[in-house]
Amino acid sequence: MTAVSLELRQVTKRFDGRDGGVLAVDGVDLVVGAGEFVSLIGPSGCGKSTVFNMVAGIAEPSSGEVLIGGQVLEERLGASAYMPQHDALLAWRRVIDNVTLPLELRGVRRREARARAAPLLERFGLAGFDRAWPWQLSGGMRHRAAFLRTVVTDQPLLLLDEPFGALDGITRADLQEWLSGVWAEFGATVLLVTHDIAEAVLLSDRVYVMTPRPGRVAGVLTVDLPRPRTLALRDDEAFAAVERRLRHELNAAMVTAGEFAEP
Amino acid sequence: MMPADWLVNWRCGGAPLGSPGMALLTSRRSGVSATESPAPVGPPSTRTRRSPRWRAVLPPVLVLVGVFALWQLLVSARSINPAVLPGPRLIVASTWADRANLWPAVATTTVEAVLGLALAGVVAFAVALAVDASRTVRASLYPLVIASQTLPIIALAPLVVIWWGFGMVPKVVLVALFSFFPMAVGLIGGLAAADPDALNLLRTMRASRIQLLRRVKLPGALPQFFTGLKISVTYAYSAAIVAEFVGAQQGLGVYMTTAKNAAPIRTDLVFGAVFVTALLTVALFVVVGLIERLAMPWRARPGR
Repeated sequence: MTAVSLELRQVTKRFDGRDGGVLAVDGVDLVVGAGEFVSLIGPSGCGKSTVFNMVAGIAEPSSGEVLIGGQVLEERLGASAYMPQHDALLAWRRVIDNVTLPLELRGVRRREARARAAPLLERFGLAGFDRAWPWQLSGGMRHRAAFLRTVVTDQPLLLLDEPFGALDGITRADLQEWLSGVWAEFGATVLLVTHDIAEAVLLSDRVYVMTPRPGRVAGVLTVDLPRPRTLALRDDEAFAAVERRLRHELNAAMVTAGEFAEP
Repeated sequence: MMPADWLVNWRCGGAPLGSPGMALLTSRRSGVSATESPAPVGPPSTRTRRSPRWRAVLPPVLVLVGVFALWQLLVSARSINPAVLPGPRLIVASTWADRANLWPAVATTTVEAVLGLALAGVVAFAVALAVDASRTVRASLYPLVIASQTLPIIALAPLVVIWWGFGMVPKVVLVALFSFFPMAVGLIGGLAAADPDALNLLRTMRASRIQLLRRVKLPGALPQFFTGLKISVTYAYSAAIVAEFVGAQQGLGVYMTTAKNAAPIRTDLVFGAVFVTALLTVALFVVVGLIERLAMPWRARPGR
């Protein structure tokens, strides 16, 4: 797999409606280099998920361009692998069949699809659970299964939409560290949407900060911390410093947008 | 007594109905839970965790037995004319004695009920898929599906007999008319309730509409479909019998009419046919429940 780059040029999304509709995303410029891990952080309602849907091809921008691998694709659906906020595991499929779903939809034979996924199960902490139903998994395991489903097709571009948002703090921290390690192995280009500052710092090479309503890019922050990163890094002064800067950027973005304005 | 015995037997996992088909179904089900429970953290098998079935079944059965006992006592003590109100003991004895006549009636009405349900199921699927596929169809068809329920379907019984004669077809049609609505509404609702996250996810995997339907919407709609089907099942025999009242050569409705018109009047046999019908409906309900479990193996979670 060769990682591809992702670029958004002046992407705007307006949802039609009464009173001229809603401007959800306004002129977003964003670059994710090939093999880079970039996060998009912002308060809820800042259009993060809308940006995502546009990159994934579920929604079309009202104006602006989305370039994948340097090109404006005719059809973006299928050009990236998407991991939704809730794991969206299909309750009626066993874990192995959930994981191989994207292969199956591409017409890969069942046996071959399973053969491809099987060796990954262990790396994803799912060994022995291939025949289990999703309801039998813990929250963390469900997310690892959903992530395995995302990477099983070897897509060079991964879109992770608040993948750990619904988890408890302990499981989340555990999965963040795990994801950091797995990403180093797979080396895909990743765009992560999150509202968790520590998560963004731990995982990303760069972090885009967005303002709420309409979503604009307020700033970009480079996370200059050595890899591989582990949870222990959180105790580090350097980590805390980046975290602090990011928090300030975020607060500034909120103030600009009038969310935190003094009366 | 008979219904009570039968229910207790089935619920305790004893020989169900004594029919080989049913026995096969149950044993298969227990086979599944034994061999396929996904071991590692595998939650304890559904059977052991759940409180024994008979505990749920026993109270209503006891009430039923009590009612029948009271009935019997009343009839015996006040020596009520059996032509007006026969006691349970007489009903069971006469019905059993007349089983040679009753059996073909049961078979005919059962075939009508099952075929009617099947026809309604097929039409419900077709309508639900059409409604799901296009907004125009939904807007124009769905209100009519709802409105169709305002028709007094029972009053259509003479019509279907006029159109299709005294054979099996009008009964099947009337059963289908009765049972269509719950299934259709269940399916339409189930298809519409598909998880938008899952649908979007599959879209990013470039799934076609058929693939979305087969892999997300239909499996997700099954629970609601079965809820509808279970409601439909409770109408099926009654609908077939009503159609038979209007005109038929064979069936439980004919059996009841014949018993009523006999000289002397056979109230005991009318009662017998009524109880047999009730039992058949319960049996059909149970069969549908078993099919539901087989169709949705993923739902075998504890506490459900």
